[in-house]
Amino acid sequence: MSKPLIIAMPKGRIYEEAAELMQQAGYNLSADAEESRKLILEFPEQNIQVMMAKPMDVVTYVEYGAADIGIAGKDVLLEQDRDVYEVLDLKISPCYVAVAGLPNQPLSRIAPKIATKYPKIASDYFREQGEQIEIIPLNGSIELAPIIGLTDRIVDIVSTGRTLKENGLVEYEKITDITSRLIVNPVSYRLKGNEIDEMVDGLSKAVEAESV
Amino acid sequence: MEGTDFTMAKRLMFEKPLGMRDTLPFFYNQKSKAREQLKNSILSYGYSFMDTPFLEYHETVGKVSATKEQRLFKLLDQQGHTLVLRPDMTAPIARVAASQLKDAEYPLRLAYDGPVFRAQQAEGGKPAQFEQVGTELIGDHSSYGDAEVIALLVDSLKQTGLDDFVITIGHIGYVKAFFKDLLGEDEETKEQLLEYLYRKNYVGFREEVKQLSLNEEKRKALLSLLDLRGGEEVFTASKSLARNQVCMQAVNELKQLYKLLSNYGVEKYIRFDLNLISHMNYYTGILFEGYAPNLGALLCNGGRYDKLLPSFQLNASATGFAIHLERLVEALSDLSNGENRMGIIVDEETHAQGIRRASELRQQGYHVLLQHVDQIPDIKAFKNQLKEFEDFTTKGGEGNE
Repeated sequence: MSKPLIIAMPKGRIYEEAAELMQQAGYNLSADAEESRKLILEFPEQNIQVMMAKPMDVVTYVEYGAADIGIAGKDVLLEQDRDVYEVLDLKISPCYVAVAGLPNQPLSRIAPKIATKYPKIASDYFREQGEQIEIIPLNGSIELAPIIGLTDRIVDIVSTGRTLKENGLVEYEKITDITSRLIVNPVSYRLKGNEIDEMVDGLSKAVEAESV
Repeated sequence: MEGTDFTMAKRLMFEKPLGMRDTLPFFYNQKSKAREQLKNSILSYGYSFMDTPFLEYHETVGKVSATKEQRLFKLLDQQGHTLVLRPDMTAPIARVAASQLKDAEYPLRLAYDGPVFRAQQAEGGKPAQFEQVGTELIGDHSSYGDAEVIALLVDSLKQTGLDDFVITIGHIGYVKAFFKDLLGEDEETKEQLLEYLYRKNYVGFREEVKQLSLNEEKRKALLSLLDLRGGEEVFTASKSLARNQVCMQAVNELKQLYKLLSNYGVEKYIRFDLNLISHMNYYTGILFEGYAPNLGALLCNGGRYDKLLPSFQLNASATGFAIHLERLVEALSDLSNGENRMGIIVDEETHAQGIRRASELRQQGYHVLLQHVDQIPDIKAFKNQLKEFEDFTTKGGEGNE
C-alpha cells in the first residue's frame, strides 16, 4: 500500500462543507470526527489522513509538504502568496474582502490608516488605487478600530454584512470575492499525480453538480 | 534591568544572520559524500569543473540572472558600484564563456559546485545560502544536447543512491506558440495566462479563459492545455491540439528527446508536463524540474536558455541543470553519522609508539586521531564516538577494540 494522501483541512464549518463535497466525490471523511479533539484523523480504507489545522495555516502545511493537499480560503492564498498549486475552486464558504468604516468618514489626509488581518491584500489594493496607506495589523474584532478612532478604515472578510451593520459601519468598496480552493504541494502534484488527479476530477464534478 | 540587557547582548554574539546555517561535522560528511558522487558522475561525462567569485557586479551578472531582483543580496564596493552575492552559477558561467573562454572548442561542457545566495526570507526552511552542483552544455542546440544533460542529471542522482525521484519536462516554446495560435497578437492575455501557469494558479487560468471572447472550440483547446501531463501519451494529445508549425516542432522535439532519453535508459524517471513554467522569461525551449519524496520543495531544475549568452554578446544556446545539494542529502536521509575515524589512546610512555602506529594506519588510508589519555574527560564516551580504537596506555591493557 502506498503512503496515505495527507489533506490539511480547516476545522469548523468549512470542514463540513468540504467533507460533503468529498462525500459526493466518493471519499468518506465522516464529519462527526469534527467533535473529536484529534488533530489527525485516519481513513485507512481510503488511504487518507486528514490534518486539522487553522485556516490561516493550511497553506503553510501544504507549501512545506507536511500535507499533500489542502483546502484553503482564497483570502489566505492572496495574503500569503505561497508556492502551491491552486487547482480547483470548491465554491464553498463564499464571502468577500471589503473596505469598511464609519459612514461619511473621509480618509485622513495626513496618513490614512487601515486596520486589518490582511496587510498584504490591503496595501496591494490601496496601492492599485494610487493611495499609500499605513497598516495597523490586528487579529480579530477588527470592527473596533474605526469605532474607537484607531484607524479610518478596515479591510476584512464580509459574508452577510451583519457584523458591520451592528457596529454602525458601512462598506465602502468590495476588493475581491473569496471561496475555498483546493491546493496542492508542487512535489506531491508530481509524485502522487494519479491519486491527486482522480480526487480533483471527482471534486470538480461534485462542484459542478452543486452549482447547477 | 541592566543585567537583562547584558545577557541579551551576549546571546546575540552567538547568533547567525537570518537564513544562514552552520554545517556541523556529520552533515558536512554527508554533503561531501554526495558532492563527490555527483562530481564523479559529471566528470565521467567529460565535463570540466570551474569556479567563479562569490561577488559579481549587479550590472553584469545580477541583472541577467534568473533570480528575481528582490531576492538578490546586494552590497556596495568602495567606489559605490552595486555588487551581488552570486544568486546562481549559470549567469557567472555565461560571463566566463563569453569572455575568457570565448575561443574554447564548442560544444563547451562546464560544471560547477559551490554556494549561491538568495536574500533572506523571514521564514524557516528557506536558507539564504545553499550549495548547487550543476552543469552547462554550451553551444549544442540539439535535442541530443538536452538529452545528454537530463541523462547526466538522472545518472548523477542515481549515483548518490537516490532512486525514487521524478524529472518532469515541459516546453515553454510549445506553450507560447500554442497561445499565439489561439490568441493571435493579444500580448496582454498571453502574458496573463502565462503568469497564471507560472503562479500555479489553475483556478485563475480557467476563470481568465472563461472571460475571453473566443469561440467554444478555442476555449476548450486552451483549457485542455491543463491536462497535458503524464507519460508518452501527452505527445498524441498535444499534437492534436497543436495547429501551427512551431507547436508541432516543439512536440516533435519532445518526442525526439524522449527517444534519446530511452537510448540512455533513463525514461522511467521521466514525465512530461506542458504547463510547467519554471520561470517567466528565462528558459526558451525545454525546461525540467526534479522531485523526490519527503522533500516539500524542488530537488533540481534546469532547461534550455537561448537569451542569456547573447546578453553577453555570445551567440550560443545552452542547456544546464542545477542540483540543490542540501536538499539532495535530506532526500537521501542517510542516517549513518558517517563516522569512520579510528582513535589511538596513548600515555607518556606509549606516545612514540602511538605515533608510529597512527602513521602506519594513515598510510593505509584511515583517518586516525591520536589522543593523550589525561585529556579525555570520559573515556567511555570518547571510545563510543569512534569507529575503532587502539588503547596503548598501560591501564588500557591489551586495549585493542
